[in-house]
Amino acid sequence: MNLHEYQAREILQRHGIPMPAAAVAASPEEARAIAARLGGGGKVVVKAQVHAGGRGKAGGVKLASGAAEAAAAATQILGMTIKGLPVHKVLVTPAAEIASESYVGIIVDRASQRPVLMVSPAGGIDIEQVAAQTPQQIYRLAIDPRFGLLPHQALGLGFKLYPGLGAARAAADIMQKLAAAVYAVGASLAEINPLVTTPDGAVVALDAKIVVDDNELERRPEIAALRDATAEAPSEVAARKAGLTFIKLEGTVGCCVNGAGLAMATMDLVKYYGGAPANFLDIGGSSNPQKVVDALAIITADPNVKAILFNIFGGITRCDDVANGIVQATSRFPLRVPLIVRLTGTNEREAVEILTKAGYSALTDMDEAVKQAVERAA
Amino acid sequence: MSIFINKETRLLIQGITGRDGSFHAKQMLSYGTKVVAGVTPGKGGQLFEGLVPVFNTVAEGVAEAAANTAVIYVPAAAAASAIFEAVDAGLGLVVCITEGIPVLDMTKVIPFVHERGARLIGPNCPGLISPSQSKVGIIPGNICTPGKIGVVSRSGTLTYEIIHQLSTQGFGQSTCVGIGGDPIIGTSFIHCLSAFEADAETEAVVMIGEIGGTDEQLAAEFVKGGMTKPVVGFIAGQTAPPGRRMGHAGAIISGSSGTAAEKMRALAAAGIGVMKRPADVVPLLKERL
Repeated sequence: MNLHEYQAREILQRHGIPMPAAAVAASPEEARAIAARLGGGGKVVVKAQVHAGGRGKAGGVKLASGAAEAAAAATQILGMTIKGLPVHKVLVTPAAEIASESYVGIIVDRASQRPVLMVSPAGGIDIEQVAAQTPQQIYRLAIDPRFGLLPHQALGLGFKLYPGLGAARAAADIMQKLAAAVYAVGASLAEINPLVTTPDGAVVALDAKIVVDDNELERRPEIAALRDATAEAPSEVAARKAGLTFIKLEGTVGCCVNGAGLAMATMDLVKYYGGAPANFLDIGGSSNPQKVVDALAIITADPNVKAILFNIFGGITRCDDVANGIVQATSRFPLRVPLIVRLTGTNEREAVEILTKAGYSALTDMDEAVKQAVERAA
Repeated sequence: MSIFINKETRLLIQGITGRDGSFHAKQMLSYGTKVVAGVTPGKGGQLFEGLVPVFNTVAEGVAEAAANTAVIYVPAAAAASAIFEAVDAGLGLVVCITEGIPVLDMTKVIPFVHERGARLIGPNCPGLISPSQSKVGIIPGNICTPGKIGVVSRSGTLTYEIIHQLSTQGFGQSTCVGIGGDPIIGTSFIHCLSAFEADAETEAVVMIGEIGGTDEQLAAEFVKGGMTKPVVGFIAGQTAPPGRRMGHAGAIISGSSGTAAEKMRALAAAGIGVMKRPADVVPLLKERL
């Protein structure tokens, strides 16, 4: 789960990481009041709060002189849609004077199977870009989860950012607090980009990004409560509530599959036969008709969908149960687009019979079913 | 022959009285797996299905029933602790089916597993099966047939799909291993490939990867450098958008890294037969055997 910048800032501030004052606004009037209160008539930055990278390039970050300009900037940004996501909030913060920019981040690294602290004196730009262009400018350290980030390790990296002891110590202190925050909220990624020095020598975090591991949310209700459903596609919110994993795509073949790997392979096969998948949807191991109804409701809400393809591998799940689920669901929920069902595995023959009787195209071969779905969606 | 499990496997089931644990315990028993013990704290002394003694702790189950392998069906909140317990009790093979373990918990589990010299398979995996010998996990026994093809996969139902293609076209399996869809897992492709290479019965290997991480690329390097047996591979997620978690916690393209295209190139460069779709598995194997 992605947190908004203002939410990530609050977490880092609570852990004692120095950051300039800031507040979040949902209207131009609020932005004006915050600019007047925090900016003291000087320059402020107004930043879109949206779960999309590259918001600066998209015009979602604006510099404003004074409260009136801040209100005007907020008016523009609050109406924007960045990468398909509407902006409902802006962060308003006094513009900092910057002497240098660096990067500090912690990710849970798959290769080393540990949290890895990464720092770079090349901050303020996308760290992937730094990794691609000047990889020697990135310093990495795998944190031993038994001991956490040790003080000498942090100080060593602090000196990679700043030659002077004062600033190196301040940066090391921030790294240790960032590591503590990672464990406190269950983050799979926490980034400060940029970490800046100001002309008076202070080290301050100007931005904050936190991604929380979805598997942490059950045991951290206070973090789960930070979810902003208005920042997500409505179909994905509905799917989450129904206990389905759904990701909307741009194609015309609606896909409903049991299992994530098979769901991806089905989407890939749609493309192989010249079609385009409208979604990823994993219905799980259940043959519960209610899940089938929920899945169909979500898929058919997308006006681009021209055909619906079920691909079910019955192992422990029995195909005839799933077939009955589909028949029950579609009698409650009439469809306006063709439905192609493929089932194979346990009790596939019974399942095909049930579906054929109900008037559906039922197959046992995956390639044949995908081909038909692509043709019917064309 | 087979890898990791065989007729000698003496299985202990953690969470044997739970909903999933009891269902799959019955499936494993009817498949012929030697299920020697179950563990559910507070239910020690009971007999599961009148057959399997239930213990309060894994250590008791190991001491009294001589279990050598554990399989875990406990809920996500207790699953990391269950892995620690099984490894601490001295079990050499621990298979964790549970999905949803926080990845930071896994960063603590892995060093402990390594220190004790145990093998962890999973978490978030369907387990493994050596057809007609032993089944540990949830892979449906009825789709498997004994034979000479090793199967290793990050997925569940997609693995079943490919096993089904193999079985119905006359290619039985030595062992099928589901290594799991999480970003941090105990056993990688390389561990399985090297075990299949050493297994006298296995003649060829099918590996089923997906987007996210670099495990498939590392496996390709291993195949190039050290494998004599033919390998064919599939990568799921060619149409997956970047930055989105595709069901499995580990199936995510981060920035421009971990794409299916990149992995398929690495496989092809290592001489692995790259399947464009699941139905390619048997034709590609036939070319190589």
